[in-house]
Amino acid sequence: MITTYLFYFLSFLAIMFALMVVLSKNPVHSVLYLVLTFFTIAGHYVLLNAQFLAVVHVIVYAGAIMVLFLFVIMLMNLNKETEPHKSPWLKFSAAIASGLMLIVLVGSLKGAETIIATNPFNANIGLIENLGQCLFNDFLLPFEVSSILLLVAMVGAVMLGKKSIK
Amino acid sequence: MSAIQVIPINWYLLLSTVLFTIGVLGVLFRRNAIIIFMSIELMLNAVNLLLVAFSSYLSDSKGQVFVFFIMAVAAAEVAVGLAILMMVYRNTKSTDINILNKLKW
Amino acid sequence: MINLVWLVPLLPVIGFVIIGLFGKQLSKALVGVIGCGSVLGAFAISIGIFLELTGNVEKSITIDLFSWITAGKLSIPFSFLIDPLSSLFLLIVTGIGFLIHVYSVGYMSHDEGFARFFAYLNLFIFFMLLLVLGSNYLIMFVGWEGVGLCSYLLIGFWFKNTAYNNAAKKAFVMNRIGDLGFLLGIILIFVTFGSIGYHDVFMQAKNLASGNPTLTAITLLLFVGAIGKSAQIPLFTWLPDAMAGPTPVSALIHAATMVTAGIYMIARSNILFTLAPFSMEVVAIVGVCTALFAATIGLAQNDIKKVLAYSTVSQLGFMFLALGVGAYTGAVFHVMTHAFFKALLFLGAGSVIHAMSGEQDIRRMGGLKKHIPVTHLTFLIGTLAIVGFPGFSGFFSKDEILAGAFEHNKLLWFLGVLGAAMTTFYMFRLYFLTFKGSFRGTRDQEHHLHESPKSMTIPLMILAVLSVVGGLVGIPAALGGTHFLEEFLKPVFEDSSFRIIHHLSHETEYILMGVAITVMAIAIYYAYKTYIQNKTLPAEEGEELQPLHNMIYKKYWVDEIYENMITKPLNFISGALHNVVDNQLVDGIVNGVGSLVNRTSSVIRLAQTGNIGLYIFVMVISIVLILLTRIM
Repeated sequence: MITTYLFYFLSFLAIMFALMVVLSKNPVHSVLYLVLTFFTIAGHYVLLNAQFLAVVHVIVYAGAIMVLFLFVIMLMNLNKETEPHKSPWLKFSAAIASGLMLIVLVGSLKGAETIIATNPFNANIGLIENLGQCLFNDFLLPFEVSSILLLVAMVGAVMLGKKSIK
Repeated sequence: MSAIQVIPINWYLLLSTVLFTIGVLGVLFRRNAIIIFMSIELMLNAVNLLLVAFSSYLSDSKGQVFVFFIMAVAAAEVAVGLAILMMVYRNTKSTDINILNKLKW
Repeated sequence: MINLVWLVPLLPVIGFVIIGLFGKQLSKALVGVIGCGSVLGAFAISIGIFLELTGNVEKSITIDLFSWITAGKLSIPFSFLIDPLSSLFLLIVTGIGFLIHVYSVGYMSHDEGFARFFAYLNLFIFFMLLLVLGSNYLIMFVGWEGVGLCSYLLIGFWFKNTAYNNAAKKAFVMNRIGDLGFLLGIILIFVTFGSIGYHDVFMQAKNLASGNPTLTAITLLLFVGAIGKSAQIPLFTWLPDAMAGPTPVSALIHAATMVTAGIYMIARSNILFTLAPFSMEVVAIVGVCTALFAATIGLAQNDIKKVLAYSTVSQLGFMFLALGVGAYTGAVFHVMTHAFFKALLFLGAGSVIHAMSGEQDIRRMGGLKKHIPVTHLTFLIGTLAIVGFPGFSGFFSKDEILAGAFEHNKLLWFLGVLGAAMTTFYMFRLYFLTFKGSFRGTRDQEHHLHESPKSMTIPLMILAVLSVVGGLVGIPAALGGTHFLEEFLKPVFEDSSFRIIHHLSHETEYILMGVAITVMAIAIYYAYKTYIQNKTLPAEEGEELQPLHNMIYKKYWVDEIYENMITKPLNFISGALHNVVDNQLVDGIVNGVGSLVNRTSSVIRLAQTGNIGLYIFVMVISIVLILLTRIM
């Protein structure tokens, strides 16, 4: 029972924080709300028995990516409400568009057939042992490729980040 | 006691959809490129959440492995994207995407 | 030996490939050895086939090599037919071809395109053999086109000269006109008989009634092909121009072999023609007209090769006359003897030109007898053979043709004799002006006069011997012979034999021979009187000529008439099409489409504002629309 309540609570928080990310005027506040959103999503992972993933999620997103965002915002000195506002008409149309999108997505998901779970429930799939088995047996090549991707991204970021040599 | 045994999968679908749409809204709503980036992260996370939910629902760890890959891609994307933004900011002293309108004709 | 028949065309094509690919790296001697050797090998096998066939009871042997085209009901095997006719042509093609190859080694020795020349020559032999050997019309057509191609390549061999290139193009285009007729004929044969194999077609044709309109159409179309290839009226003007090629080419392609392909084709299809009397009349009339027409032109030409070219056209006319009157054996006989003496005359002319350092005008020659004795003697033999001097080969074949014509129609015979008289006159005119009298060229040329090398004179001598004895295979019964050739070819013309009836009595034949000899003697005497006794010389360029003389000197203005009647209107129409249809209509559409795209896109591109926010907005709306279709 407590799980159900936890789910509703975390969902509510996630949606709230997400909205705050989008709506807050100050970029630094947005980043902090985003971190909170990530924490609620990590909570969802724990509820779904994906404990290892929850840990990784916090470390990677909240720990690394968000810190990067913060660094950049600080570097650019954007912690004020410097953003020029869009015209009201544009804001309105943006809201309408995303609202339409929500309706359409929900509508299409409602019409979808439900998949019946065939495997018996297994609480251990989120454990590091099972994930490792799967990752290094079935997905070894994508794993290696993604390491190359990270390397390339790193090189690219360094290239872009350094001052151009004239 | 896992949440998936209690909560119908449809609720997760709905939650993910809402989070995703909020991401879309952010992309449409804001002009600051960094916020747009964050909205994209939000959308990615919505997808991640759905993947984990289905993984749990079907008792198949492959879904969670995919989340790892999405995280790797997101990290790479953020690193490169922010580097580009830094360059843009260095040249234009702004992160307003409406300034970046050279992509025409 | 007959089983080795596939080697006969294969050897020249191997020679062609080797010389064509590696000709530049090989020495001239090696090229010559490969070129001549491959043809010699083919000749040796051909002799073997001929000997085996004479001893064989079965006279028509089909050698299946492989299945060539199979589509639905149509099945065309790639197979060769060995029968007396094809084996005889094999001997002529490879034998004369070999001699001319040997001659070319000497004649072309200073030419930079030596290897190229031999490559083309070998390719020509290959296609000619294909034409002769094929057991159906399609293989013959492949060979037919192939020899046309080689003829084009060799006429334009010295391609740096525009006039020569034009001559090559002219030959090619005129041949194509004929080829179209031939192709239509083949298609009609297929539609009518459901097959294009000789055996099937002839078996079915035998059962048709004489004068069947389809047969008449088929034979007329085939004859159009023959007209083009064998230079008959109205498509004969390419052959004199074809003399632009090297002299061995003129001898091999434009005298001895390729131009007789038309005769071969008609002789091969003799049953079809025999059953179409109207076509036969057409063949005979076209033949005799060409014989006379070309002979009159030959009377006034001053270029040694041109005279021989018109003589070839004229002789081909005689062969068609023979075919038209049903004297198939006579036609094939004349093909053979003509191959000997005309090749000899052309090669002799080549030797003369060689000695005269490239001069071809007989007004600049004269008195060459003592300078180039071997050429002189062989040329004289060739001349005697072509005019039909008793005992020489031309006598027997021409006599047979004239006898056939006499039997068929007295008027044809008379015209034939007239043509023969003119032949005698212009050949002796040529001989007297070239070899007798005194030298009329420059001092320089006189200084250089020399006999040709051995590789050129030996083929001349061999051909001279053949020109003398070649007639012995066809001595008519009237002269106490057995006419070996007629016996040999009998199986081929067996089905047409109901029309070929020799009911001429021996006395009539004696009278005909007597008339021919008398006419010939008068013509020789007249030529002697004009050019030796009176020392008349042909008029120089620009001199006023008598109207009649001028007309034949200008070749009846046939080239000019074609130029004005066909070429110029065609050029005009092409120009109009180019200017109006192509430049304005087609280009207008193409450019219009281009400028339309240009203009619309210059408007549409304004939608690309460069505003990323707008792009994303549009993208989201599009996703919504796509998903909407999913729900609906």
